[in-house]
Amino acid sequence: MSTTSVLGGTVRRKEDPALIRGEGLYVDDIKLFGELAAAFVRSPFAHARINSIDTAAALAVAGVHAVYTADDVRELGPLLAQVPVGTLRPLLADGEVNHAGEAVAMVIADDRYSAQDGVDAVSVDYDPLEAVVDLKDAASDRVLVHEGVSNTLLAWQGHAWWPGVVELPDPRPGIEEAKERDDVVVVSQEMVNQRLIPTAIEPRAVLAEWNGGYGAFTMYSSSQIPHAVAGAIGKYFGLPSNKVRVVAPEVGGGFGCKLNLYNDEVLVAFASRKLGKPVRFTETRREAATSTIQGRGWVATATITGTRDGEILGYELDALCDMGAYSQNFTVAVPLLGLFVASGQYKIPTWVQLGCVVTNLQTTDAYRGAGRPEAAYYLERIIDMYAREIGMNPAEVRKKNYWAPEEFPATTAVGLTMDSGRYEDSMNALLEFSGYDSLVAQRDAARSEGRLVGLGLSSYVEVCGFGPSALAGLGFSWSEYGLPSSFNGSGLVRVNPDGSCTVSIGTGPSGQGHQTAWSQIVADGLGIELDNINVVHGDSAESPMGVGSFGSRSISVDGAATYEATAKVKDKAAEIAGHLLEAAPEDIRFEDGAAHVAGSPDRSLSWPEIATAAYQPHTLPEGMEGGLEAHAIFSPGNASWPFGSHLAMVEVDQDTGDVDIVGYWGMDDCGKVINPMIVDGQLHGGIVQGIGQAMFEEAVYDEAGNLLTASMIDYPVPTAGDVPSFNLARTVTPNDTNPLGVKGIGEAGTIATAQTIVNAVVDALESAGVTHVDMPLRPKKVWQALQDARG
Amino acid sequence: MEVSITVNGTAHSGDVEPRTLLVHYLREELGLTGSHVGCESGYCGACTVIVDGKPVKSCSMLTVQADGADVRTIESLASNGDLHPVQEGFWERHGLQCGYCTPGMIMSSVALLEANDSPTEGEIRHELEGNLCRCTGYHNIVKSVEYAAATMRGEEPEPADWGTEV
Repeated sequence: MSTTSVLGGTVRRKEDPALIRGEGLYVDDIKLFGELAAAFVRSPFAHARINSIDTAAALAVAGVHAVYTADDVRELGPLLAQVPVGTLRPLLADGEVNHAGEAVAMVIADDRYSAQDGVDAVSVDYDPLEAVVDLKDAASDRVLVHEGVSNTLLAWQGHAWWPGVVELPDPRPGIEEAKERDDVVVVSQEMVNQRLIPTAIEPRAVLAEWNGGYGAFTMYSSSQIPHAVAGAIGKYFGLPSNKVRVVAPEVGGGFGCKLNLYNDEVLVAFASRKLGKPVRFTETRREAATSTIQGRGWVATATITGTRDGEILGYELDALCDMGAYSQNFTVAVPLLGLFVASGQYKIPTWVQLGCVVTNLQTTDAYRGAGRPEAAYYLERIIDMYAREIGMNPAEVRKKNYWAPEEFPATTAVGLTMDSGRYEDSMNALLEFSGYDSLVAQRDAARSEGRLVGLGLSSYVEVCGFGPSALAGLGFSWSEYGLPSSFNGSGLVRVNPDGSCTVSIGTGPSGQGHQTAWSQIVADGLGIELDNINVVHGDSAESPMGVGSFGSRSISVDGAATYEATAKVKDKAAEIAGHLLEAAPEDIRFEDGAAHVAGSPDRSLSWPEIATAAYQPHTLPEGMEGGLEAHAIFSPGNASWPFGSHLAMVEVDQDTGDVDIVGYWGMDDCGKVINPMIVDGQLHGGIVQGIGQAMFEEAVYDEAGNLLTASMIDYPVPTAGDVPSFNLARTVTPNDTNPLGVKGIGEAGTIATAQTIVNAVVDALESAGVTHVDMPLRPKKVWQALQDARG
Repeated sequence: MEVSITVNGTAHSGDVEPRTLLVHYLREELGLTGSHVGCESGYCGACTVIVDGKPVKSCSMLTVQADGADVRTIESLASNGDLHPVQEGFWERHGLQCGYCTPGMIMSSVALLEANDSPTEGEIRHELEGNLCRCTGYHNIVKSVEYAAATMRGEEPEPADWGTEV
């Protein structure tokens, strides 16, 4: 079913005309008069003491204006973090370095080329120390990353992750008891969920200008969180928030890697203030790999205890999670998001322990899915292994353990409440949509010819749309950046005197189509044409409040705020129109760009007429305040809980180990849909990032902590030739935590996919006796697994 | 060094530092910021332009190597306000999200369709392997190129098929 209404219909994106003409403005397309360029001296060692830094030769390089080290910026303090647990990153390395690529000194010069010449002339004397690279080795505390501090920062436990709020009985005694039963099998597997490099195609870039006359900063940054950057800059330099304007113009992909405050943002602001000139930094691709956050990095053992007829009696997940060298924005809280969905769509006793361990590697933080892909991977892999062990169809095992629709709202194994879910319906819809029975027959026919063909199924539940303000009390607060301590969303809707509409929101896109989706919400509410609405986003000076775009939250939080602000504007416009048309406000209808009196279509006022009246007091109802705008802050009472099931069919070339994805089907439920085209696009991109993890991508470090995959050649993100087209359909189960009934779709594809692919490949290799292969499933690894299994 | 380059039909000549990359010349000297820098290693393709009829990664070519060449960038495609069919295709079929890879992706697609007016899905995927996109998963990029190919042949494109609600 497709709908053609403006809300819920496919409309072409309003942001596209500029982008397809090459006229979109990214940070590197914005030039300021007299600007200078920054470049960084970075550590070649993963762990070392710094004896001395000699900047004299660099200062003599033509075009170099200044070189800064820790001595110059120490008093500013470390890099701020949303969840400041663990050792925070110094803005510039202070006496030691803790990962390769750590910034040691900053060179400011006339341009990028001379800044790099200056970097090459800085001499740093290091005493290398042993680096801790392996996660288990790090957890043993054999070598400490930070002197005198255990490498294990904390361990999140599923039944007691929020002291004083969530303290459930330890489920292990019950699970241990179940293991003793005669009719029970225990299936256990250690699996690696490897480190990934987010790889937005636009490298991060920042441009800062201090204006001493106004006593104010203007900054342009390729950021998902401009308000937080503005708040942080204000804190570092002792300025009120109205003296710092941070704009995120077009942002060329984020995926979480632009959801951090970065030291370079603070440092270019510092340099601009020192030198009185604008200063720009644009990272190289190598720096994007070594010095922008990475994601994932778990080693975990998943265990299922269940009966031989498919009833799961216990799920245990014991993980070490790699934090890297320093805690940045959300580092130690990423595993917690995995814990939230550890039991997925299933009503099963669940014990989870996630140890947060530091290493001498780059910091990890939220990368698309952030904890949730990891959780879904372990659960759905071990369920498949359990199904294989008991000889049951993987869809049937899942169906036997899902929450039933009538059990909602459901309290999960970690004490959170899921508002709604139709999991078995979703799986059944997927099986029918994909023609699963026929695919099984095709697979079996291919196998009888000796070919290695496999089918992989998986289900996921996502927690997103952050979110409930109560979570701020857990230490997720944005107050570290000087923002309100919550995840509120913001929408400001203003009808201008000419009848055009300006919408200002507290979140901004990095490709998700906010300009279009928010215009649809407002156009639906006011009856103003889409093209007559302009959405201003990603600008800390334009929107009163905002925490940014992450965790699939924009539409369900800032979208809901905009919906509510639109309703307020509509109410006021109805009063004004009713006053002028001599009708009751409740009889005013808004459509086709005008207000009409119900039953009298000839009595109408256009939006310019209403708006003009709104801005001149003599045409307003007596006592009404002038203007036609409204602001709303929205804070949902709960997170939202999208869900779905995916299916992949693969064929493995037994001579080369090459995996071909023959077909891919998704059945997703993100609640009500604002724009089906955008929803599909989000899923496609998410699925391919999941395929990237399953088959290609891995941040590889050597024993000394050097990143061996710091280029796009060594870190192969999927190309057009690596992936198929996708078959997508959706169920719609509205969410009651916001007035739009929406949930969020930015991360679902990534959360759903990696285990779907691995389950399919392992199914293909079943006949050879392979039970598990760790990601990424590159040909050599798959081929080797085949050889090992065949002996 | 002295260079003379025709860019989007206009002849330019001037003195450039020998190490200046073509993409920096286009962006910094000529103000044509549509060509983006994504990797500086010739792998991502965001900087793709058409040099003497062939798609080229302009981050991996020195400006002096383009001396005497005819260069076309994303800014040349629309004429008199009318979009090129490939631009129309990307708009109609949601072939872009963040837009950063888009100019390079479109230029490679233009070069592809100038050489082959009826590419198969496999040929489109193969020809675009030098252009990385991290947002779209390529599904809609393929649809966009198919849309453009059909309209350039004077045919009606296949109708769009956005996920079905069940």
